[in-house]
Amino acid sequence: MFKNVYNWIDERLDITPIWRDVADHEVPEHVNPAHHFSAFVYCFGGLTFFITVIQILSGMFLTMYYVPDIINAYASVEYLQTKVAFGQIVRGMHHWGASLVIVMMFLHTMRVFFTGSYKAPREMNWVVGMLIFFVMLGLGLTGYLLPWDNKAYFATKVTLEIANSVPVMGPVLKELMQGGTIVGAETLTRFFALHVFFLPAVLLILLVGHFIMIRRQGISGPL
Amino acid sequence: MAHGDNSKEKIVYVGDSRVRRGNGFITPPDYTAYPGKSEAFIPNFLLKEWMVGVVVLVGILVLTISEPAPLGFPANASATVIPIPDWYFLFLYQYLKLPYASGDYIVLGTLGVTGVAFGSLLLAPFLDTGRERRFYRRPIASSLMFLSLAAIIYLTNTAWTEYKHEMAETGQIPEDVQREEKAAENRAKGLPTTSAVQTKEIAIVDKDDPAMALYKQATCISCHAVDMKGGGGPPSLRGVGDTHDKEAILAIIKNGQGQMPPMYDTAMSAGLSEQDIDSLAGWLAKQKSEQ
Repeated sequence: MFKNVYNWIDERLDITPIWRDVADHEVPEHVNPAHHFSAFVYCFGGLTFFITVIQILSGMFLTMYYVPDIINAYASVEYLQTKVAFGQIVRGMHHWGASLVIVMMFLHTMRVFFTGSYKAPREMNWVVGMLIFFVMLGLGLTGYLLPWDNKAYFATKVTLEIANSVPVMGPVLKELMQGGTIVGAETLTRFFALHVFFLPAVLLILLVGHFIMIRRQGISGPL
Repeated sequence: MAHGDNSKEKIVYVGDSRVRRGNGFITPPDYTAYPGKSEAFIPNFLLKEWMVGVVVLVGILVLTISEPAPLGFPANASATVIPIPDWYFLFLYQYLKLPYASGDYIVLGTLGVTGVAFGSLLLAPFLDTGRERRFYRRPIASSLMFLSLAAIIYLTNTAWTEYKHEMAETGQIPEDVQREEKAAENRAKGLPTTSAVQTKEIAIVDKDDPAMALYKQATCISCHAVDMKGGGGPPSLRGVGDTHDKEAILAIIKNGQGQMPPMYDTAMSAGLSEQDIDSLAGWLAKQKSEQ
């Protein structure tokens, strides 16, 4: 039954090569911790993606309860944290995952840097990777405000002051992010939109580019 | 499909798609140089990598259970809180406090050093164009990275130490700890544990009382607003009877309190009598949130 359905689709769309390319590509010995334990450093990229998936899934569940307005944001997070079944776990995963994804991404970047894997022909993938790093930092920055507690509020005020100090672009950037003259209702909705729609969309596009380039170029050879 | 009309193959295998050998670049040794030891991504390698993933997942879950995500008190612009960004921004935050990265030199801080550092990181492959990949054979790139790492660790540590020190000096306890303690206290007493701002509307008691007219006439209205909710600095007078009795209210009218000046003479010159002020205070003392 499944085979017939699969064959019917495959005859029309030729999907077999797509997944066989992903499934059958070789993982060389020098990146496989099963052969050389020190090769665990090559796991950090995969773990970054794994935690990113956790972030996306836990974030999707968080938006079921979160209300992005200044009157209800805190109350909704507190409700989620203290009343909803497993809410504390899901929020905890998103909170700690946000830190861990930075850690993993940092370790991955260091691995790529110190093994010189960014050298020709993989320059473009390094640039895309760094852009992913910056988007991740942006996600961390915008997500920090969303609980709308004092820590979030005052940290964001300072952040926007720093953005403001950049010459020429600064004040524009600040007003764009702040959505007015004070950190308030507009700021919260803007940060929410950035955190939930804009930045994840950019992140997914960059990730697709990152992975396609890895498949095109293969993983860098042993030193 | 997509392989020409003459293709008779049912399944077209794309195979490995590594870049072709070019000239001028040292191609990494072919994977097949290690016969029998390279393996397919799915399922062989992915299952092994999943083992590592499981360990990480268990780690996150242990962390979420032992250390619940922190939550402080609702944002309040007039609260005194030492601002602190998330830990991975601490090095930048601390860096921008340095004398030559702040104040008059803030542009050097935000655009100069930070811009050059992140810009060169972004464009590293175009700056470090040598063929050598081993880090100890590219001393400039490696030493710059080691230097940056040392700076990041130092700045992060300094920022955190200073924050801790400042907290201890001002006697502040992190708000998430305070909130949890308060919630635990209230739970023990059987009270609501929430710290969220309660937006329940408090009704005006005896709105038709003649004192309501006196409230307007005595110019209380100009600060405490026509709906008695105050605003900005002046507090709401709805529910004022919960915390103040008639004598306390009279004292505040006569002597003022905080930002509020003594209003007794103003009220008298607005045409109120001693009697009127007395009944106004009595009416205000009746303003209780719970009937």
